[in-house]
Order: sequence, then C-alpha cells, then structure tokens
Amino acid sequence: MSDIKKIKDEYLAKLNKDQNLESINQIKTELFGKNGIVSNEFKKMGSVPQEERKKFASDLNFIKEELQNKISEKAQEIETKEINLKLENEKVDVTLPERNFKLGKIHPVSQVIDEISSIFSEIGFSVEEGPDVENEYNNFTALNTPDNHPARDMHDTFYLDHKKELLLRTHTSPVQVRTMLKGKPPFKIIAPGRTYRSDSDQTHAPMFHQVEGLHIDKDINMGHLKGCLNYFIKEFFEVDKLKMRFRPSHFPFTEPSAEVDIGYEIKDGKIIIGEGDKWLEILGCGMVHPNVLKNVNVDPSKYQGYAFGIGIDRLGMLKYGINDLRAFFETDYRWLSHFGFDPLDVPSSYRGLSR
Amino acid sequence: MKFTIDWLKEHLDTNLNDQQIIESLTNVGLEVESYENASSDLDDFLVAKIVNAEQHPNADRLRVCDVDIGKGETIKVVCGAPNAKKGLLTVYAGPGAIIPKNQMKLTVSKIRGVTSYGMLCSESELKLSNESDGITELAEKYNEKVGQKYFESKTPKVIDLSITPNRPDCLGVRGVARDLAAAGTGKLKNLKETKIKLIGEQSTKVTIKKEKEQGCTIFGSCLVKGVTNKESPQWLKDKILSLGQKPISAIVDITNYVMFDLNRPLHAYDADKVDKEIIVRNSKKGENFEALDNKKYTLDDGMCVISDQSGVLGLGGIIGGTRSGTELETKNILLESAYFSPRSIRKTSKLLNIDTDAKFRFERGIDPYSIEAGLKKAAELIQEICGGEISKFDIQKIEEKKLDNVKFDFSLFEKTTGFNIDKKEIIEIINNLGFKISENSENLNLEVPSWRPDILQPIDIVEEIVRIKGYQHIKTIEPEKNRLKSTLNKKQKLFHFLQRSVASKGYFEAITWSFADSKINNLFREKNDEIKIVNPISSELNVLRNSIFSNLIYYLQKNLDRGFKDISFFEIGPVFIGNQPGDQLTVVGALQAGKKSRLNWLEKDRAVDVFDAKRDVIQSIIEAGFNKDKLFISDNSPSYYHPGKSGSVYLNRDDNKPIAFFGEFHPNIIKKIDIKTDALIGFEIFLDYFKETKKKLKDQKSQFEYSDFQKSERDFAFVIDKKVKAQDLIEIITSVDKDLIKSVSVFDVYEGEKIPKDKKSVALNVTIQSSEKTLTDNDLEKINNLIISTVESKSGAKIRS
Repeated sequence: MSDIKKIKDEYLAKLNKDQNLESINQIKTELFGKNGIVSNEFKKMGSVPQEERKKFASDLNFIKEELQNKISEKAQEIETKEINLKLENEKVDVTLPERNFKLGKIHPVSQVIDEISSIFSEIGFSVEEGPDVENEYNNFTALNTPDNHPARDMHDTFYLDHKKELLLRTHTSPVQVRTMLKGKPPFKIIAPGRTYRSDSDQTHAPMFHQVEGLHIDKDINMGHLKGCLNYFIKEFFEVDKLKMRFRPSHFPFTEPSAEVDIGYEIKDGKIIIGEGDKWLEILGCGMVHPNVLKNVNVDPSKYQGYAFGIGIDRLGMLKYGINDLRAFFETDYRWLSHFGFDPLDVPSSYRGLSR
Repeated sequence: MKFTIDWLKEHLDTNLNDQQIIESLTNVGLEVESYENASSDLDDFLVAKIVNAEQHPNADRLRVCDVDIGKGETIKVVCGAPNAKKGLLTVYAGPGAIIPKNQMKLTVSKIRGVTSYGMLCSESELKLSNESDGITELAEKYNEKVGQKYFESKTPKVIDLSITPNRPDCLGVRGVARDLAAAGTGKLKNLKETKIKLIGEQSTKVTIKKEKEQGCTIFGSCLVKGVTNKESPQWLKDKILSLGQKPISAIVDITNYVMFDLNRPLHAYDADKVDKEIIVRNSKKGENFEALDNKKYTLDDGMCVISDQSGVLGLGGIIGGTRSGTELETKNILLESAYFSPRSIRKTSKLLNIDTDAKFRFERGIDPYSIEAGLKKAAELIQEICGGEISKFDIQKIEEKKLDNVKFDFSLFEKTTGFNIDKKEIIEIINNLGFKISENSENLNLEVPSWRPDILQPIDIVEEIVRIKGYQHIKTIEPEKNRLKSTLNKKQKLFHFLQRSVASKGYFEAITWSFADSKINNLFREKNDEIKIVNPISSELNVLRNSIFSNLIYYLQKNLDRGFKDISFFEIGPVFIGNQPGDQLTVVGALQAGKKSRLNWLEKDRAVDVFDAKRDVIQSIIEAGFNKDKLFISDNSPSYYHPGKSGSVYLNRDDNKPIAFFGEFHPNIIKKIDIKTDALIGFEIFLDYFKETKKKLKDQKSQFEYSDFQKSERDFAFVIDKKVKAQDLIEIITSVDKDLIKSVSVFDVYEGEKIPKDKKSVALNVTIQSSEKTLTDNDLEKINNLIISTVESKSGAKIRS
C-alpha cells in the first residue's frame, strides 16, 4: 500500500511541475505503458494475499483514476495554452483595407424606366416597344400630322434618306400606331424608349427618352386620363399630396389635348414637388384623335381612349435633383458613380420605388 | 405672339386685373410664355465689377480687365480708361450692344493682339453726362447688382403667348380677346364702324392666273394716292416696339400693326414702281428677285409670285421685293390683302428657307373673310396719318371659300370628357366663339367661323366646349388595378436581368447616342452597311452605330484621359444593321480597362484579361436563367478582338449563331483610338439571338435528386496536342459515364521544357459518385482506366505518369 501511495505522490508532484505535451506523454508511458509502474502493480495482484486483495485492487484503481485524470487535465491545459499562443502569433491588423469589391451602377434613366414600369404595372399596363428608325407614315401621317402640317416644324427630325421617308422617331407615339395595327382593342400599354430631335443646346439633347401611354377601350374618357396621371405622378414622386393642373393644349394626334403642370416650390435650393405656387410642365396628353383610330383600323364610334407622352429624363432630373440633361449622355465616371443606382435596387411596388 | 394688356383691352372690355387675365389665358389653352417688360437696347448694359486689371502687353495706355458680369466666369475687356482698376464697379456693354452716344454696335474685337469681349462705358457714352475722361464709377450699393441691368426698364409689360399651330386666329390680338370673352373674362368690343370715303376705281389691273396649284385664291387691293409717308406717331411706334420690332415708317408700321391686331397680313407696294399691272402666277425656274430682307432669291417652278410686266415683285404671303417697296418718298400706295393657301406657302418657304410673320400666319390659315376688313383698317390709318385718297376695293377671286359645317351631338361631350354641362351653356360657349347655330333637338348644326380652319369634326367642338368651360371640371377617376396581360414579355425580362447582372459585376451603365462618328464606327462595323444620317447634328455623329463599342470606347478613352485607370462601362441598347424600321438588335456591350488589382497589399498587380471577360459574360448569361453546362465556347470572334484571346458563346453546341462575344481587344483598335491603358477587354451579348424558352424557369427544373453515397475524386494529367481544346477534353471525360462522373475541372495547364513543343499538359480533377451504392476500389479502378483509355483513343493524349 505504501508503495503505491508513494508512486501517486511522486507523480502528482511531477505532474504539477511545468510540463509540455511530450513530457506528459512520457509520464503516461512510465505509468501506464506495457511495463509502466501502475501496469506492473496490477500484475502483482495475483501475489497479494486473498484477504488484502480486495482493498489493494480498490486502492490501485483509485490511484490509477486519479493519475489519469490529472494527466488529461494537464494535457488539456497545455493544449489550450499552446493554441492561445499560436493564435496570439497569428493576429493581424484588421483595420487594414479589405479585398477589393466593385459593384456597378444602373443609369438613372434605366432606373426611372423601371420605376415607371412598376407603377403602370400596378394599374394593368403592359410594356410595348417600337423601333428607333421609323417611317414617315408611322411617325407623322398616321398620327394625324400630314406632310404640310406646321406641327412638323416643332419636331426637328433626323432623316436617313433624302426623300424623307425614313427617320429617327421624334417621339414614342409611333408605338401607338404599331400596337394598334397589330392587335385588337382594348389596348392598355406604355412604351418607354429613345427619341431623337436634331436639336442640341443646354436644355436639349439630340437623343432623349419618352414614355408613351395608351389606353383604348369602350368608355375611357378624360376623367380616366386625369385619374391615371394623378395616380402615376403621386406614385412616382412618392408624395401624398399633389397639385396638378390640366391645361388645354394641342397635339395633332389627340383631341381634346392637354398639358399637365405640377405644383412645386424651391426650398433651400431643392425642388419640392407637390407644394408651392409655381407650375412645372411635365407632360402632354389627350383623347386619341378619331383620325388616328381610323388610321389603325379601330372604329372610333365604338372605341375611344387616351394617350400621353412623358419626358423620362426630365422626370429623373426632378426626382433625383439632377441639373444638367446633357450629363445623362456624357458617360462621366464620376457622374455615373454619383447619380447611378445599386443594381440590387430593383424598383417594386411592395418594397417601394426608391430607397 | 406678343402684346400689351392695354392693347388687349382695345378689344376686350374687362375689369379683371393682369394676373387674372393671364390665368384665364392659360385656362383656355393660350400658354403664357412670359409676362415681362419689353426688351430694349438698354438691356445690354450691365452692372459689372473689375476683378483684376493688368497692363496690356503691347500698349502702354491700355489695360486688360477681368470683369465680373454675374455669369460665374469673368470675361476679358480691354479698356483705355485711366480709372479702370481692380475693384471698380462700372457699366459693361457686351457684343451686340449699341452705344447710345454714337449708335455704334459692339463686336468682339482684337485690340493690339488681345481679344476684348465688349466694353466698359463712360457716362458720356451712356448719354448720362458729358464726363468722358474715364469709365462710369458706380457707388458701393451696386455691388449686389453685379450682372443685373443697369438701366431700369421703362418699357411696358408684354405678354408673350406660345400659340399652338392649330390656332392661327389667336395670332392677332382680337382673336385672343374673342377666346377670353367666350371664357367669361370680359366682353368682346365691337370693331369701330367708321365710314371712309372711297374715291375712284383701283386702276392697277390685277389678275390671278388660273394655273394648276395656284397658291392664291383671293387678291384684294386698293390704292391710296397722294400720301406723305413719315415716321409713325408715338402710339403706333409704341405698339411696334412692344412686339419687339423696330418702327420703320408709318406705312410699313401700319401694315404690321393690322397684321398683329386683326391677324390680317397685308402688303403695301409703291404703286408707281409697279410696271402696269399685277399678275399673280406660278414662278418659272430660274426667275429671281431681291426681297425686303436684302437677299436675292432664285425661284423654282410653281411658287406663287406677285409679278408685274417686268417680272417678280415678291413671293405672295411670304415676303415682298425691294423693287416695289415703299419708302419715305412714296406717294401712291397699292395695298394688298389676299388669301394664300397654307400648303403653297409652306412648300415655298421651306424650299427657300424663309421665315416671316406673314408666312407664319398664312401657313397656319388666315381668315379668307378678313380681306376687306384688313384693307379698310389699314387704308383708314394711312389716310389718318399720311393723308391721301382711298380708291374703291378691287377683289379678285378664282375660288369661292365656303364655310364648313359640323354636326354636333350633345352626348359626345359627356362621352368624351366624363362630365356633363347644360345644353344652354354649351350653346352659349359655341355662340361666343363665333359659330352660327341651327339646332335640331339632339344635334346642333354648326357653321364654323371663317377664322377657325382647325375645326373640322365633332370632336373639335368637344375640345372647344371643354377648354372654355375649364379643364378643372374634369373628374379624377381612380384607375382600376386589373391587368390584361403580364407587364413584361420574355425579351423584356431578359433585358432587365442582363442589365442588372452585368451592373452587379462592377460595370457602370452608360447611355450613349444611337449615332456615332463613322471613323470610330467603321472599326466595329464588320460587314454591316454604314447607315448615314442625312442631316446629322455634327460630322462626328454622322452614322447610326453598328456596335455599342462605337461610342462606349470613345467615352472610356475620355475617362482614362481624366486620370481614371481601372474602369468598366456597359450599355444595353440598340445597334443598327440596316436603315429600315426594325433593322436593329438589342445588345449589351461592356468594356473593362486597366487592372483587376493595383497597389494592393493583399494581392499582386494583375491586368484584366480574356478570362475576366469570359467570367463576366458567362456569369451574366447564367444569371439571366441559362444552363451553364449546355453553353459552348468557340474561338471565332469579330475582327476588333485579339484573334488569339477572344471567343464566342453559344447556348448549345449545335446552335449556328453565337449569343455573345468576349475577349481582349486587337492592338490595332487600341492604337487607332489611342487608348492609354494596361489592358482592355470587353464582351457583347445579343439579346435577339437567345431562343425564346417557352417554359418558365420553375418548369425547366428537373426533379431534385441527390446521392449520399461516398464521393471520390481522382486527378489525371494528360499530355496532349496544343490544338486540342480543354472544352473537348472535358466533354470526352464527361461522356465516359454520365451517371458516375459528376464533374470535371481543369486545375493546371503546363507548356514548357518538360514536354514536347507542340504539346501541353492538362491536369484535371474528376468527381465520381454513384447514386446507387458506395463504389468499391475495383469499381473506381475500372472507371479510372476507362477514362484514360477513352481520352487517349479519342484525343490522342497520353496519360502523364
């Protein structure tokens, strides 16, 4: 008995001294290896007298357990220490810059087109498109603007041939013609796209964007037109209150025609839409002229409805505080970076149009 | 169309104030562009501050001043005044200004080698005093007024209306008054009835030739004999000035005044300069005359001219000629009041490129019933101011102008506008606008007033009623939220996905012109036709673009020149392949210049290369919803790409049209456009070449199957002919056993000393897994051997040991 107690004390003292993983393993072998001290004690079991054997076995097992626990505790301790040391050595300066990530940008005009499409989608409009190159008939004649009409002077047209039969569309209205020619009423469409006029100065660009709207059905009247535009403008500018004014005007392809102004004021150099006593013209519209309906084989005695045309670039300028129209098309990296949108910002009605 | 409120009140009896009148104009559809003081010559003189004054390099007594005129940037003015020094507040006159003292018109000029933009004025030059020793010195309080007009406007306030082309009747003050009266803004005054004494016949014979497409159908005239032409009286001068025009002489001013007052263009000839008779006829090619704008015009066949026995006097309804023009010495006048057809006026003025007030009116349609009223008013005024004796009126007509009739059904009003008004009110409005009404219960039979060529059908009557009643009465009907069909079609969705997935890879979206510089466009045109614009905005934008790159690369270069190094742009939009409607494709074009990483503490510098372009194009196509495993890459590409570092992408191996190109650019392109960058890559995606899938993505997905049996990976290295493509090698391996081989990836390609010159070593990692059992060593050995033998036999490769 005293032998094994001595072993225990000796080894516990050893283990309590500074150790490393290697020396611990060494001790483990010394004690519990094939010829280890404790293992040898167990081998002595047979020679222990019968009456003492039970106690001897119990003592020996107790000591074995105690030493084993101590060894694994010690091993654990050392391991933790070594890991901590290793981690300490691996420490980096996390304030150093991260790896590069480049996210691109969506052009404000594209973003605004998506916003417009999202709004009109809610009230049942679908998106139509038409070609940038148009014939004279679709761009003018079918839209009740015959050759000798002075209204043609208001459109400085780019031509592709000397006979002036092929041109770059001066507005998105020819999409009305194409849509109605290929389908049957009712029609409820918007058509965003590029438009062209040979006009270039501070406030005009030779290319700009419009969105056309067309709603033809059996009983669509000017009240529906007003309601639709009122809804659109409120949604687009994300305002609750809106001052809107319909003013008589003239477009050859609508009768009666109107221009729409919205109220605004300038506060701290920023434009506020929907309030104030200044008026800003933002779009032209009207009831589709019976001559246009006849030209596209729609019976004006059965069907009627409205059309409108809105300048997209200008809407974007107003909403996002952009001053210079020409900058839209100059592809300045700094400008795009400043005014462009995160590609994940997909306008939607449930999440909201803009962030 | 400009006029003063006072002038308007000569025709309109109203108690409303100016602001109310302006509001009413807007409400009836006569858009008020501005309501400001009439411009005058004195507007050109601005309060200015000398920001800096330096000695002129070539003249001792001159100074070069930087002058602040409130425009943000200063301008340079050379000045000889001894008091022109830094900080002085003074009066500046810009190029175009007329100096009051000597009536000299300023121009931009070089003074001893230095360009001077305008001048700083002395008090004497401004006729303020006799002080001419130095320039005007203004008190400190003018500091806040820099850039503003120095002289206060003393001119009357003028309304400027923007009249839509359908309303020629409102190109005269009386027409505007009539519209306002109909809207309840006042009462239209009756025209003064005065009796003028007409003495004798109009003795100059007038003939309208009955020719094909004769542009003149009525020609009214009278003589005023024995006049004394002179400067106009002040009231008339003021009227002419308020129009923004210069008074010339009483006779010219009177004809102009009547034109703006009644919208009745007239022309006054010096009767003594007319050779015997007036003949209205079509011109013959080559005829010419000198017009009152002092230009000589050579005419084509078939233009409507007023001529005499010696030749052309003027272009009817457009411009008169110098040969028969009135002067201060003119004694006898032949006054013309005629009707010219809009079509003829428009054709002639377009061909000759002439724009005059008369032309502007006749091409929109002048009241054919106003011939005599115009002669009467003008002749009367001439007599009043210049004296003389008025002859009887001579009216020649080759066609009777009948008034139009329109049948109007009351119900059309509510059907169109959505609201109803009293029949009585409708009738009142129509009456006030000058229509003659014969009613028959539900329908009105309306005779359209002679001054309204725009009213042709019932819908036009609806517009008249609703605009006079006021658009504010139209209800706002909330839109219904029902959808007839989906908002976007397949192709529009593809556009949307590609646009945003390319942007999410670091590219900034640009929108550039659809037209381009042919010189750059030719570099990307390939075999497409060049599509010229007949009237381009500038010679650098003279063709429709055949490629997105034609403009995008130009703007990329501009940004590189600004000092940006690593930039990416893309544009999605039309490119043109012909000049007919529809000859266009929707294309994504993307460019990336510079390095992937630069001056980075984590990574080594690396220039962008073909595999960056390939990654972006492939990933965008995947994000748009297409299966990567089916994509096929070929190494053919357009000539502007680097022939060895570019390729094309097909949706399927056996498609005949690629949906995309990608690669590095040909060094020639970089050289020709002079792009300074480390590397330039790009890609193009052609939306029109995607086959439209009928199924939605959710329906294309196969059933969800997976295997939990052990996965094994094996590496192979093959030595193979350089020409064999990795894509083919992978395809061969995959086809060995499509069930067991889950994926194949290349992890090393080696060319060099250890293997023959025309060979390369390709190392691949193959993942093998069964969905039925755990593969035994034996199974794996079998498939290994099969892979090796298949590759060796199909591609001529040798396994590397």
